[in-house]
Amino acid sequence: MSDGVLLTGGAGVLFAVLAAVALASAIAVVVARSPVHSALFLLLSFVLVAAIFILQQAEFVGAVQMLVYAGGIMVLFLFVVMLVNPGVTRSEKSFQHQWDVAVVLLPIFLLPFLYILGTEKLPDVPVKAEAFRMVGTRVVGNTEAVSWVLFRDYLVPFEVASVFLLVAMIGAVVLGKRSLEKMD
Amino acid sequence: MTFAFHASDWLLLAPELFLTAMGLLLLGLSVALGKTKEDFLAFLATVSVGITGALVAFVATRPERATPILGGAFVVDNFALFFKALVLLSLALTVLASARYVGAAPYPGGEYYALLLFSGVGMLFMASGNNLISIYVALELMALSSYVLAGYFKAEPKSTEAALKYFILGAFSSGVLLYGLSLVYGAGGVMGLPELAKLLASASRSNLLMLGILLILAGLLFKIAAVPFHVWTPDVYEGSPTPVTAFFSVGPKVAAYAILARIFYVAFAKFHADWGFVVALVSAATMVLGNVAALLQSNVKRMLAYSSIANAGYALLGVLGFRTEWGLWGILIYLLAYTFMNFGAFTLIILLESKGYAGESVSDFNGLAKRSMPAAVVMLLFLLSLAGIPPTAGFIGKYYLFTAAMKAGYAWLAILAVVMSAVSLFYYFRIAAAMFFTEGSPAKLKSSYALSAVIAVCAVGTLVIGVVPQPFLEVLKSCVLGR
Amino acid sequence: MTLPPAFWTYLKVVLLVALVPAIVGFVVVLAERRLMGFMQARLGPNRVGPQGTLQGLADLLKLVTKEDITPSRAEKAVHSLAPVLAVIPALTALSVIPFGPPVRVGRTVVPLWVADVNIGLLFLLAITSIGVYGIILGGWSSNNKYSLLGGLRSAAQLVSYEVPMGLALVSVLLMTRSLSLVQSVRRQEAMHLWFVFPGLLAFFIYFVAGVAETNRNPFDLPEAESELVSGFNTEYSGVKFAFFFLGEYTAMIIISCVAVTVFFGGWLPPFPNVKALEFLWQVPPALWFLAKVAAFLFAYIWFRSTFPRYRFDQLMALGWKWLIPLALTNILLVAFAILLTPGWTTGLVWLGWTLGVLFVLAYLAAKLRQKLARRERLAAEPHPVEG
Repeated sequence: MSDGVLLTGGAGVLFAVLAAVALASAIAVVVARSPVHSALFLLLSFVLVAAIFILQQAEFVGAVQMLVYAGGIMVLFLFVVMLVNPGVTRSEKSFQHQWDVAVVLLPIFLLPFLYILGTEKLPDVPVKAEAFRMVGTRVVGNTEAVSWVLFRDYLVPFEVASVFLLVAMIGAVVLGKRSLEKMD
Repeated sequence: MTFAFHASDWLLLAPELFLTAMGLLLLGLSVALGKTKEDFLAFLATVSVGITGALVAFVATRPERATPILGGAFVVDNFALFFKALVLLSLALTVLASARYVGAAPYPGGEYYALLLFSGVGMLFMASGNNLISIYVALELMALSSYVLAGYFKAEPKSTEAALKYFILGAFSSGVLLYGLSLVYGAGGVMGLPELAKLLASASRSNLLMLGILLILAGLLFKIAAVPFHVWTPDVYEGSPTPVTAFFSVGPKVAAYAILARIFYVAFAKFHADWGFVVALVSAATMVLGNVAALLQSNVKRMLAYSSIANAGYALLGVLGFRTEWGLWGILIYLLAYTFMNFGAFTLIILLESKGYAGESVSDFNGLAKRSMPAAVVMLLFLLSLAGIPPTAGFIGKYYLFTAAMKAGYAWLAILAVVMSAVSLFYYFRIAAAMFFTEGSPAKLKSSYALSAVIAVCAVGTLVIGVVPQPFLEVLKSCVLGR
Repeated sequence: MTLPPAFWTYLKVVLLVALVPAIVGFVVVLAERRLMGFMQARLGPNRVGPQGTLQGLADLLKLVTKEDITPSRAEKAVHSLAPVLAVIPALTALSVIPFGPPVRVGRTVVPLWVADVNIGLLFLLAITSIGVYGIILGGWSSNNKYSLLGGLRSAAQLVSYEVPMGLALVSVLLMTRSLSLVQSVRRQEAMHLWFVFPGLLAFFIYFVAGVAETNRNPFDLPEAESELVSGFNTEYSGVKFAFFFLGEYTAMIIISCVAVTVFFGGWLPPFPNVKALEFLWQVPPALWFLAKVAAFLFAYIWFRSTFPRYRFDQLMALGWKWLIPLALTNILLVAFAILLTPGWTTGLVWLGWTLGVLFVLAYLAAKLRQKLARRERLAAEPHPVEG
């Protein structure tokens, strides 16, 4: 990416730091023993990703990431975790037999990916930040640019996604509703 | 790329919009009507699928459909129309086959039919999907509805198990698919299939692209239950409510083939040599494993699950043979035949089951000929067709598929397919033998109008395509991509 | 000599971070206690300093010198993190509030806001939605059932009421065509119209949801003294408790500030379209803003001493079954008003009038019904004294 997306100088350092901490906390999500700690690390990871979005001048996506993932979904996660209150996983016994499999499989899958992604020269698309924001001849703000793309170029997936969410809701209610179980 | 919306865009979307609206209406009505009036809901669902079919026919006559609409995301070519018709056929059959089954079960019917219709909406959008992201979202809509339907009989542990297995593996495979899509997008920077094809035409083969294509292939192979992504199939088919199983074995598979064919024919045609090799291997493995594993089953639903895995292997031959017209014809005619014969076979299980019999083990078919000769004969017809014996639809489908493989230079695969078809005779005839040559319970079979209609439609379809395939082939030959 | 703009930004940040807690501690809390005293026919704090004005100082000293207790089996790290999470988002959110138009200091023009970001409203919603973690985690980490219940309630409540709040703001977005809060005021200035009129429904929804978001009466279920001791903050004392307190009041101030900015013309004087009232422009705009915010804070206090607390299922029913459908309807109304009439303003003015008239009619109808019911009741059973 040539210009517009700031990855040099101070912004580059900031990106590196944010990305490193986001990755570290993502690993911590898996490693942490207490589910609440896992959820908190996931939250941290979400917030940092939002920060990375904002750093890349995608303010809208950053804010939505914050609002939806950090502010909405994670709250519900925590809600459920706290409600169930499973406590800290004390022994690793039940998970132990997966470790050896994972140790064998991980390099098999990871190394080719790393090799390909590392050696591949990504296409050098000469994009300026403004080019994303062109509507006709106007340069619009980030939010407006996103909405043009969403409601014009990707209207079909957007609308299908709304039906998708409806189905998710129906499914959750149908499968989760307790009173139905009394019927048989 | 600026464009305006036209009124005709909404016209072309009419089937999808109508079906969505009917799904919502059914949801609302089910609250108002309650459990006792479910037959009406089933009736309404059937009618709405019928009207949607009429709308598809209407859309087919519109000249506006020549160009993709809505930012190139939605295309209504003959290929899409064929698959829409097929999807709606399987949907209508499913609704009819469900009426008695769901009505007798202690679960609400409105949500069931609504979910079926929404899954149908997803499949219609899949058939018309012309860019990666809309294909993906439509696929997910279909898949999510399927997960819920698989677990719909939630007091049955098997049903819940099926839903959970389907969901976890399905979500994983969508992740793989999405990763592949993102890599391809990263390599090209475009989402539309025609744009992608144009871009790739001048692009050289790169590892990144190959990885992306491979992952997309893996994600889609999961949906059509090809080896090695088939492990979910027997459990899900066994655990789900039988009408839902019947639906899974045709609807979602048909739609998945639609996008598999569209993505690989349109966008990745240039790299045929690369993915073709993988598909050939997968196809061979699928045919062998599906047929051999089916030999060992005593549960009919599981047996048919493995048989449908084997059938996925045959249909992959058509994907391989895309360079000649035979490949596409093969897929289309085979899927059409498959819808009739496979759904028919499952409907007979429903018929046996709904009389208080499990209907799931091979021994439940014992003496069916004594109990009801027509049922046994029809079942025999479906089994013959599944095995690919003339004069049935299955034979015509296999003939085209195998020819396509020969013409594409995969003679060894075609031979393997013929051998495997011979193997499949063994397990299909186990059922046949049970029906005709063993004694079973003397209880009479009781059918309902809806079930009889489904069986009749399936039987007529299977027979007619087998005996007079010419008119069907004429229609199918115009169903090529982009027209 | 001109100072670099960064200097002004830092100055504003320091001022906000220093002043807002001070205002909360010394003014808002005192005002609340005295006003509630007045409304409940008692005195309220009046001992420390003249008329109790130094009560804040006394409270501060008390809180700082108190022992900071962490329950023995609490999650120590999370227990300390929670109060911080309650305060920081609230203070951060203040940065996008425009307190007034840019003012001239010497030769530089200094805007009275820290940042005018182009995702202002979204930023506010996003940042304030983080504040809930303070409460949830505080409740969970205390290792106390009442605290946990408070935290759970708060999680459900805040997630539920964020939806109608966001939807109410969407209809305002249709009017302003920008997420920036400064633009929102400028637009109301240009249209000579406070958005509260066409956005009557939106404002109602926003404010109800806002009260719920700040856990204030009648939606103070996460604390609910009579049910949960003190809810999520039962196990907190000293400075940590003060932080929760500060977080809650700052959130209140933010809700009021946003309400003023997007519905009540921000720093604009009342009725910017009436010629006869032009003298009102002589008052410094920032004062208008503060006055309006003060009015909102008063309403908060008024609510607290007026309404009984909701039950939890009532709270959920109100949010999901009433406010969200109402907010969606409202978006449609506003969108149609804008679409179907020529020009941006006309439709909104008409909508404002319609809603206003409907509102008055509804109020009168309710009053009438109340009166009739009362008359009926009186007729049915004669007054014990008269009878």
